[in-house]
Formats: sequence, C-alpha cells, structure tokens
Amino acid sequence: MSAGVGVDLENIWIRFGDFVAVRDANVNINGGDFFSFLGPSGCGKTTILRAVSGFLEPSEGNVLIGGQNMQGFGPNKRPTALIFQNLALFPLMKVWENITFSLEIKGASSAERRKRADELLDMIALPGQGDKLPSELSGGQKQRVAIARALCAEPDVLLLDEPLSALDLKLRQHMRTELREIQQRVGITFIYITHDQGEALTMSDDIAVMKAGVIDQIADGRTIYNDPSTAFCASFVGENNVFRGKVKKVSGDHAMISTNRSGDLMARISTANQGKMKEGDDAMMFIRPEALALAPEGAQGDHFVTAQVTNEEFEGNSFNIFMEGDGGKEIKVSLPNLGQSFDSHRGQPMTLEYEVDNAVVVPAGELATE
Amino acid sequence: MNNSAIRISIWIYLAIFFAYLLGPLVIMSVTAFNSSEFPRATPWECLTFEWFSALFQDERILNGIKNSIIIGFGTIVLSVSMGLAGALMLTQIWPKLRATYYTIIIAPILIPGVVLGISTLVFWDRVNRMLGLGADSFLSSGLFLTVIGQSTFIASYCMLVLVARLQRYEIVQTEAALDLGATHAQAFRKVMLPFMRPAIASAAVLAFLASFENYNTTTFTFGEYPTLTIELAQKVRYGITPAISALAFIIVVLTVFAAVANEANIKRKELAAAARRGETTVGQVSGGGIRLPRFLAGNSAAVLLVILCIGTITVVGTATAYSPDQCVADIREQKRLEADERIQELRRKRDEENIRKFKGVFDPEDIAPEEEAAPATGGNDSGFGGVFDPNALSGQEESEAPSTEGNDSGFGGVFDPNSLSSE
Ligand SMILES: Nc1ncnc2c1ncn2[C@@H]1O[C@H](COP(=O)(O)OP(=O)(O)O)[C@@H](O)[C@H]1O
Ligand SMILES: [Mg+2]
Repeated sequence: MSAGVGVDLENIWIRFGDFVAVRDANVNINGGDFFSFLGPSGCGKTTILRAVSGFLEPSEGNVLIGGQNMQGFGPNKRPTALIFQNLALFPLMKVWENITFSLEIKGASSAERRKRADELLDMIALPGQGDKLPSELSGGQKQRVAIARALCAEPDVLLLDEPLSALDLKLRQHMRTELREIQQRVGITFIYITHDQGEALTMSDDIAVMKAGVIDQIADGRTIYNDPSTAFCASFVGENNVFRGKVKKVSGDHAMISTNRSGDLMARISTANQGKMKEGDDAMMFIRPEALALAPEGAQGDHFVTAQVTNEEFEGNSFNIFMEGDGGKEIKVSLPNLGQSFDSHRGQPMTLEYEVDNAVVVPAGELATE
Repeated sequence: MNNSAIRISIWIYLAIFFAYLLGPLVIMSVTAFNSSEFPRATPWECLTFEWFSALFQDERILNGIKNSIIIGFGTIVLSVSMGLAGALMLTQIWPKLRATYYTIIIAPILIPGVVLGISTLVFWDRVNRMLGLGADSFLSSGLFLTVIGQSTFIASYCMLVLVARLQRYEIVQTEAALDLGATHAQAFRKVMLPFMRPAIASAAVLAFLASFENYNTTTFTFGEYPTLTIELAQKVRYGITPAISALAFIIVVLTVFAAVANEANIKRKELAAAARRGETTVGQVSGGGIRLPRFLAGNSAAVLLVILCIGTITVVGTATAYSPDQCVADIREQKRLEADERIQELRRKRDEENIRKFKGVFDPEDIAPEEEAAPATGGNDSGFGGVFDPNALSGQEESEAPSTEGNDSGFGGVFDPNSLSSE
C-alpha cells in the first residue's frame, strides 16, 4: 500500500536475568504505517522499542527493518530515530544545533545546518526560535524540537516512546492531530508507544495491545475496541462492563452464558475465539456502557439485565448510571443526553437491554487493573 | 534590643573570623613593602619595592616556580584524565562493585603524602631497573616522578569533583547521540564532554593548586627539579627575606584577581541570559546618572575587577618610578646613630662597672668582655630568639654570637637574623 520501510519482529524474547520482559513477540508492521504498542506501564513497551532501535539485542528472535536482519547493528547504524520518553534534548546546544545534530555528525557545514534547521523549524511551527536553548522552551515546543531532531536524521522508521505523556491534556490532544499530520506528510513508518488508549485509537493504523510482556492482540483500533480477543484487551481499551460465568451453549458464532448474577445472557463470541469455546468453559462477557439502554421494568430474556442502582451522575453529554455488578465491580451505563427527561432510580432495581451483537464473549482471563 | 545584641555579636564573630583567616596574609603582604631586612610590619622603616626585584632576581625561586608550573600542568593532564576515567567507571560500569571500587579509588587521599612519595620513588626505581634503564632515564627524572607521585592522590580529588557532576548526567543523552548516528567517540566528545566541562575546569584548577602547594610527596620525588615549595622550605632553613613576602603578595593578588574575574564572568553570563529572556536589557540595569559601558553595567564584580586592574597598574607604575634610597639612607643613618648611642651607653656602663668592680678584688679587664654580652640578650626569652628584637639588626654581631647557643625557641636558629647577614 505505502512505500515506507516495514518492520518485522520475529519470535522476540527479551530477558533480564530470570525476568522475561518480552515473551515471543511476533509483529509485522507495514511500511508507512502509524503503528502503536498499547499497554499499561511496565509491560515491556520501551524494551521492545529499544530492541528495534538497537540499544539492546533480543535474547532470542530477530528484528527486521525493510526485510534486513538488524542483528549486530548498533543504534547508530540503524535507519531508525527514537524520540525518548523524556525527550533527551541536549541541554547545552541551541535549538538549531539540537535539530541538526545528525548533520553535524555527518560533517555538514554550519550554513547547511542552519538552512535545514530553519526548514524544520518552519515545519514544526517554531520559526525563528533556533537560537534558544531547550530550557527556554515550553513542554510542547520541546516536544516538537525532539521530533524535528529525529526527522532531520531522515530515518526510515521513527520510534516514539510515550512522547506526549509529560504534556497537559489540552496540548496532548492538539499534539495527537499534529503527530498524525506529520506522519502523513513525511510518509515514514511511525512506531508509537503509549499507555493511553485514546492516543492509540485516534492516531494508529494498527495497535498491538500488550500485557506483562505478551502481545494479546494486533489489529486496527476499531477491531480492538469492538472485537477484543482477550479479557485484558476488552477491559484495558475503553470502558467495559464484565459479566463472569460459564458457557452454557454455543450456537455458531454466538454463545449463551450463564452468568453469576444476571442469569443466562446471549452474546457474540469474539472473532479470535470462534470455534475455540465450548460448553462449560469459564467465560467473560463484556458490554460497553454505551451499548446498554433502558428497558421496560421487569422485562425478562437473554439480553436483559436487571440490577440495583447505586449511583447516578450527569456528565453533560451523557447520564451515567452505576449498578451493582459482578465481583465487586459496578456496571456502568452511559445514556446519551438527547434532552430526554430522566427519573432517578437510586436505590431501586432497573432493567437494561442490549443488542446481542454488541456483547462480546472471551475466555475468562486477567482483567486490566486501573 | 536583644536582636541588636545578637547582630553585634555576629559582627564581632565575623570580624574575628576574618581576622583569623586573612590577618596573616595581610601582615605578610605588608612586610613585602617594608625595607627591613627581615619580614616584619613594625617598626615600619621605608616603603620599598626592592623585595620584588630581589624576588625576580632569585634564580632558585624563579626556577622553582617554573618547575612547579610545569609539574602543575603535567598533573592537571594526568589527574584529570585519570579522574575522569575513574568517574566514568564509577558511575557507568560495575554497579555491583561500586562501593568497593569507590573505597579503592579514595584510598590515596587517606594515605599520608610521605608514604605516597616514598612508594612512588621505590616503585618507579624498580620499574626503571627492570627495564634496564640508567639513572638518567626519563622514568627517574624528577619531573616525571613528581607528576606521577602527586597524581596518585590528586586524581582522586579530581574524580570526586567529576563524579558529582557525572551523577547528574543522563545516560539517555549519549543514547540520543548514538541514535542520531554518532559513534561512541563522537557522543563522548560532543555531548558528554561539553556537559562535563565546568567540572573538568574545576578539577583542573584543583589539581593545579594541589600540585603547586604539595610538599610531602614532592620532597621524595623532585630529583633535579625542585618545586617552589621545596625551594621555599630549603630557604627557610637558612632564614627568609621579605622577598618571600613579595611572592606571597603576588600569589594573593593573583588569587583575588582570579576570584573577582570569575565572579565578573558569572555575573556577565547571568545578565546576558536575563537580557536574552527579555526580562531586562543589559543597558537598563545601570540605572543612575552615569551610563557605564555595557560590560560593567550592573556588574559590581566587573567594576571591582577594573578597579583592581587600575590599582595594579598604578602600583607597578609607582614602583618603577619610586626610589626609597633617600629613606633607606636616612634609616641607615638613624640606625647607625642608635647603634653608636648604644655603644656609648655600653661603654659608659662598662666604665661604671669597672669602677665598681675596681673597688672589688678582681681585675676588671678579665671579666668585662663577657659581662658585656650578657645584657644584650639576657632578657630575651620571647621564644623567637631575638628575631623581633629591634636591636638584633643593629649590627652588634659580636654581642649576638653567643646568644644563639642558648636559643631554645624550637626553630633551631632558622629565623636567626645572623644567618641572613652571613649570606
Ligand atoms: N535494564 C533492565 N534490567 C532489568 N529489568 C528491566 C530493564 N529494563 C526494563 N526492565 C523491566 O522490564 C519491564 C518492562 O519495562 P519497560 O519496557 O520499560 O516498560 P514500559 O512498558 O513501561 O515501557 C519492567 O518490569 C522493568 O522493570
Ligand atoms: Mg516506557
């Protein structure tokens, strides 16, 4: 599809002593894609990125960039540029010297470097700021200088390690759009690391969801959100309500789950698990807060849930209702605010319904802890 | 009221503190300008600059300074590079052995300099012989041995200074440079070294000063290259002249100069940074009526520096034009008169005594010469062996001579003015 340079991870294992930081990672990243690794902190995202950029060699497996095995290539020999978690701008160099450091290494003249720095400063919307020191810039400006510095090296693959985590919310949202625009303009492969599912969903072509060194699912954002392959993915990406139980009956790609608290409920088996689930298996069923709707009181059936309301809140764009759920977790219902009237049900039972296809069943597993 | 008492006592404390700290230096500096043959501030004789010219004519002192400077620079190069290597090792490699390694590296500071000196001598002598080299080889040269010997512990000082800075270095900086295509050498030179530069400068200054003032270790290793401290120590053995004070004065002035220049430079950078941030322009700071040149505006240290420069130039100018000959002649005349007077006095006393003793049994001529010496020194038990006795220099060699025997001041006659006059 695109002309960029792809990256492949083949059976990567990374160990620190006895500790396994990355377990058998297999990832194919298309050239020119915006690819994200999404996972909670400490799950091994940075470690994978360091293996791609050459700061550590995987204990097993290969990193291929553009089809070429990178084993034995140091970070200065790989066509990658890394934007570090804390940016790592050179504090004693001016902005323009920072940006064109890679040119200085190649022995470019000062005039040449200045010219290139000015072009890049224009691109990152910081014209005329080249003579400042990094310490004289704001957080967002530093961010952009770090991006310009990496792009100046003309890498085939740009690696970004949670580059927005230090910024405030407003700026973070603005930078998302900006990063995506830059990526589309330069057309190179971006590998992006984040623990923020919002960032991953809004920017990425494809996302790999990681949990404790293991990649659970690789897919585009929509698939991950709507069709998670594991309980971890379902609970980590976006808000989700979990119903625990056992598979009572499988019919095609649907299954009847006898839940612990809410009776028998019908749901769709997630694509990755179709054909793999059978009667009697421990299962988890997930329904998004926005997939639940009010139903006539006392309605019964395989897509109705009745529970006690514990709390209600008005969030502007939605009414949120919290109900007693499974295993100490609340069931959250999010009703869009369309100007309708809303009666409080606090302390009373309430009945909800959902479309069977919007409820997903996966094998029981570990949930993301927040 | 209580408050003001506290404030007063703080001021008194500060005054005592600074008097203690700077008093000796001030006195020593003053003695450099007194024409008296021995370094002393009182009685003031004549303002003179002759000790400075005496200093600059003293071959041994000059040679000592030259050797000290050569050795100082050698020590800078060796100690700073060893210190940097040690610091890198300590902060980046072997995290598990850190404590052990630290102890080993710090040990030379705790070992007496004398021991280091002797062991340097012994060790390199061995190496020299193992290589089958003669006694005049490079390895047994005083310059080499002194630099090596001093560096054994000065490198540890340097390492401490460098480690402090290196601990604030983020290794990710080097990684960023590597990632942008730099080799390890380039990353070191272009990223880490500039970061370390202030600490390297401090370490270099420290190394030079430590080398310059070192005596304990050097005394075993200097060979044919006596340093300034060695020369001074040897001189003191035969008594000192105010030329030493002149040297001390020059060192004090240079130190003050360097300190003020450094301060001015720091201040200048601060102002420039402030101006760049647009908080205030350099020109605005000066405020008042007179508009100072840019360099001086708002920078009191720079003003002081300029005043110091002008002062130095004035003093040097005066010194070349000034001649204390008349004053010195006057003083000499006065001293001669005093001496004459004293001789007269003594004569008179002797005559009186003779007359008195004449009345007695003994023949006055037998005893008189010994009795004559006694009163000149007998009352002097100050511990300085008559050094500060104003009469000491009045030319009574014949009467002073026996007094040195009874001098138990602990200085072994080092400060004995007679040794001066014999030179
Ligand atoms: N050099 C190392 N030595 C030992 N353990 C490490 C090292 N680097 C990372 N780890 C461990 O590997 C795990 C993953 O770390 P990391 O990749 O930094 O996580 P994150 O997903 O937050 O970026 C963590 O548990 C961390 O403690
Ligand atoms: Mg990380």
